[in-house]
Amino acid sequence: MNLLSVLVFSPLVAGLIVLVLPASLQSRYKYVALAATILQVLLSVLVWVRFNPSLGGVNNEHTLQFAEKLSWIQLNVGGDSRLQIDYFLAIDGLSMPFLLLTSLVMFVAVLSSWEITTNLKGYFALFMLLDTAVMGVFTAMDFFLFYLFYELMLLPIYFLIGMWGGVKREYAAIKFFLYTLFGSVFMLLIMVGLYFSVQDPLTGDHTFNMVHMMNPANYVDGSLFAKFSGQLLLGIPARSLAFIVLFVAFAIKVPIVPLHTWLPDAHVEAPTPVSIVLAGILLKVGGYGVIRICYSIFPEAALGYAWWIGLIGVVSIIYGALNALAQRDLKRLVAYSSVSHMGFVLLGIASVTAEGISGAMMQMISHGFLSVMLFFLVGVIYTRVHDREIANFRGLSQLMPQYTFFIMVAFFASLGLPGFSAFIAEAFSLTGAFKSAGVNGLIPRWMALGGSVGILLSAAYLLWTLQRMFFGQLRLSGGEPWRLLLTDVTIREKIALVPLAAMALLLGILPGVVFTQINTSVLDLVKLVNP
Amino acid sequence: MIALVWLVPLLPLIGFLVNGLGRNVLSKGVLGFIGSAVVLGSFIISVLIFNELHSSPQAAHVIPLFDWIQAGNFKVPFSFQVDGLSAIMLLIITGIGFLIHVYSTGYMHYDAGFAKFFAYLNLFIFFMLLLVLGSNYVVMFIGWEGVGLCSYLLIGFWFTNSAYASAAKKAFVMNRIGDLGFLIAVFLIFTTFGSIEFTEVFSKADGPGIGAGMLTLITILLFVGATGKSAQVPLFTWLPDAMAGPTPVSALIHAATMVTAGIYMIARSNILFTLAPYTLDIVAVIGIVTALLAAAIAITQTDIKKVLAYSTVSQLGYMFLGLGVGAFTGSFFHVITHAFFKALLFLGAGSVIHGMSNEQDMRLMGGLRSKLPVTFWTMLAGTIAIAGLPPFSGFFSKDEILAHAYEHNKLLWVLGVIGAMLTSFYMFRMLFLTFSGKFRGTHEQEHHAHESPSSMTIPLVILAILSVAGGLLNVPEALGGSQWLHEFLSPVFAASTASAAHGEPMDHATEFMLMAISVGGALVSLVIAYFRYGKSGHVPAPDFGPRSFFAKLSYHKFYIDEFYDALIRKPLDAVSGFLFSVVDKTGIDGLVNGLGKGTVETSKGLRLLQTGNIGFYIFMMVIGILAILVYSFIKI
Repeated sequence: MNLLSVLVFSPLVAGLIVLVLPASLQSRYKYVALAATILQVLLSVLVWVRFNPSLGGVNNEHTLQFAEKLSWIQLNVGGDSRLQIDYFLAIDGLSMPFLLLTSLVMFVAVLSSWEITTNLKGYFALFMLLDTAVMGVFTAMDFFLFYLFYELMLLPIYFLIGMWGGVKREYAAIKFFLYTLFGSVFMLLIMVGLYFSVQDPLTGDHTFNMVHMMNPANYVDGSLFAKFSGQLLLGIPARSLAFIVLFVAFAIKVPIVPLHTWLPDAHVEAPTPVSIVLAGILLKVGGYGVIRICYSIFPEAALGYAWWIGLIGVVSIIYGALNALAQRDLKRLVAYSSVSHMGFVLLGIASVTAEGISGAMMQMISHGFLSVMLFFLVGVIYTRVHDREIANFRGLSQLMPQYTFFIMVAFFASLGLPGFSAFIAEAFSLTGAFKSAGVNGLIPRWMALGGSVGILLSAAYLLWTLQRMFFGQLRLSGGEPWRLLLTDVTIREKIALVPLAAMALLLGILPGVVFTQINTSVLDLVKLVNP
Repeated sequence: MIALVWLVPLLPLIGFLVNGLGRNVLSKGVLGFIGSAVVLGSFIISVLIFNELHSSPQAAHVIPLFDWIQAGNFKVPFSFQVDGLSAIMLLIITGIGFLIHVYSTGYMHYDAGFAKFFAYLNLFIFFMLLLVLGSNYVVMFIGWEGVGLCSYLLIGFWFTNSAYASAAKKAFVMNRIGDLGFLIAVFLIFTTFGSIEFTEVFSKADGPGIGAGMLTLITILLFVGATGKSAQVPLFTWLPDAMAGPTPVSALIHAATMVTAGIYMIARSNILFTLAPYTLDIVAVIGIVTALLAAAIAITQTDIKKVLAYSTVSQLGYMFLGLGVGAFTGSFFHVITHAFFKALLFLGAGSVIHGMSNEQDMRLMGGLRSKLPVTFWTMLAGTIAIAGLPPFSGFFSKDEILAHAYEHNKLLWVLGVIGAMLTSFYMFRMLFLTFSGKFRGTHEQEHHAHESPSSMTIPLVILAILSVAGGLLNVPEALGGSQWLHEFLSPVFAASTASAAHGEPMDHATEFMLMAISVGGALVSLVIAYFRYGKSGHVPAPDFGPRSFFAKLSYHKFYIDEFYDALIRKPLDAVSGFLFSVVDKTGIDGLVNGLGKGTVETSKGLRLLQTGNIGFYIFMMVIGILAILVYSFIKI
């Protein structure tokens, strides 16, 4: 069986095992989940090792790796046309790093699920379902299959927030659900439109194969999305409209300002493990979708809207950072910092330069590890005293020195200190943005400058938080009971934190670990978008 | 030996790891020994490298270590550059660094964070070496940010005091403002030159396709970076606050090494600046303004470390003045001598503070000459050196900068001499307040006051000798010297010397006159300080005591912190608060929730139509048909 299929469906199997195990063993469910995620980490390391970095993939089906293509749904729908949907999994440099990211994040998320105490069967079953869905999104190469996995992510997240969340959990869950659904409903329409416009060059059938969608030669002449058909929808060229709709759908996930307000609420209400998955993986699904689908299928529209995408990136960077500065709740602060940091992804992608896109990829991976670390750390305090208000803590470093060490690593890494992954990522995104003005003229210099200011602001809000919560004389609003509850990090927590910190440091010191793996694909993508 | 230059930064890195990981296991003696020994090792290698370089002069050795990053055609090799400039910096960093490590074994002996202190100090040395050794702007930037981190950690070393933690944050954020300029400059250098390697960038600097406008922009941004790290107007207020850190840190980081990184960076990029004369003018003006402003604040300060901190800011201003008027060698000469005498003065101040049981207020000192004789005599040497009295080191370096300023613009020279007079005044004021007159502290302090242990006094003596004799490195021709430093550094500045306009060399008579004026000025200040603080024993007023208008202005640092607070921090808070509570909460989220509410309310209203009453349904149907009929009539 194909390695990718195992990677995608092994969590599902674990979820089923959890479902059939009797309730008397419910204290063991977490170990089933843990075992599944450890297996997944090992498998993705195997994929990483066996991955051939000289093969580009992207729009060339022959250089995709670990491909598995099975005919899935074949229906004669009258006449000579057949419905053709493939079970098509494959990866290239643009998706491969996300497999390792996902499996590591899921591992940490399961470790932080120790805090969950109610309805464990449902919790772990949903969690494993979510794992399968995410892995599926990153490996599917058939749009229909992709969409299936993409929608499948919604369901477990909705219940995980709505049932195990905080006080306003129902509001946050429904808000998240509607926001995302708003995007994906329209995505469905575009997907169907693409299906009717594209033909498999071998069989002549309409197809959902994304690789075929990237080749203008496969479009039926005069069809809705054919490149030169000049069809209009609502007064805009059809391909431009399709690009905008898909971009909005994915951008909601990233998220972009002003479509970001689901994120702080979802994070604040979600239990720690769900926050971890949200920040660590789901936001990246947005960025990945923009690259894999919007840019690859509608490259000319991507070039046309580059200025706007860059602008959205810069606005997100600065707006997110300024909002973070105003937060009083630690988790909300981290949530807004996510908005800010994900802005670099859009800025890098919009530049359509090898540096910018490499930087964007790196930023997604780096932010994956760092945001998980931050949310996990917030969770550590929250599980102990059920409070996250920054002003309620002071001088924590005396009480929790090791915890303070991890917080400092996470903060300094997030504010872009050289030696950590975020520096490389942000520097490359900005290099791309600066270079763009001279190479392809997509991004003006002032946007690159604006993005750079974000680095400064992140230092301001993170260091201010550090000073307010951890330095000075010890003072807790909960008094003596809190002092006893706030114990330093446990072994389990260290097991979760150390790999994350190590990854942030490793990718900061040896960024080539990622860059060499993705370079060919990134160059191919740049060539595809801007030939 | 030059090929082994990677050992120089590696040793302190190992020291950091060993001390960091073994902090709970190793004894204080071992920790201190490891911390100092690795720096001594680096110093020995640096001396060997220096010798090799000196005996076989060559423009620059670039030692590639490995290819670090490659993405697209953006390549960053990790490589080191050894030439006169970096070789001398290596000697300063590791040499003075070693002395300060030794000093710290005594000074920090009773501190609970002893291990952490040495780990941070080693880490600082590592990053500082990276900064000066990097052969491209990216490696330099990594060192540049790394020393900023160490500075943050060490300023906030006693973080339970929230004022200290706040000073650390201020230092980091202000440095970051400068770093942002540096970073953007690096981006522009890459997009303009297609490379970030020094050798490649500098060789293309006056080539075709590089506009003067772009060079001016790049150099201004680089200079913004320098103003942050080297505490120049407007980003200088973090340095006096940084005195919250332990005194050896002030000596090493905030006097001798890190704060001169900005001068090093500009001296390294000298050809870019020479080709951008507007930027050089800005550098000179900012330099002299900083020198005077900081000196004007220093004359009324009462905290011994604050006086030295403002003095550092002021001396750094002189170095930038030197760079601005094209005296690259003179500036760098001042970096060297300043490293000697300012490290000495800080360590001396530390010895005083140590002897006085952590008292830093000079109003509570006095008469310490007999109690701390070694500290007194060494600090006297340092004070004479910084005041610019011959034949101590500061005289030669300051004089060279002033001579170039005179050639460049007479006004700059006049202001420079005024600054030099202020320098002499505040330094002798500090010396007299601390060491002469009657003791003004508590009885216990008087009883307790003692000379420091030899681990602290030996570094003082060595630095005192260097402060006295350091001027010999570059004795001007007029005084029969050979200008060794000038010769040694000439390959580094060759391109700038070639492209800068050459006037007539200054004749010796003018040179002697300039020297006489500045020395005379310094002597006058010395005499004034002696009569006011030495002879008549005047003591500065208490914090809120009566002061004249100007003294008050100076004592309160011209209210610059308050000004920045009102100009930057408060508006930023207001903007972020507004964005969150008004735009985000009420605006965007209001719209989102409004949509939801609207849908629910509409359905609630429509639901009422489902009455279940057949008569009502028929009635509605009739109304509907009527409406359609009316509509179609009107339409026709």
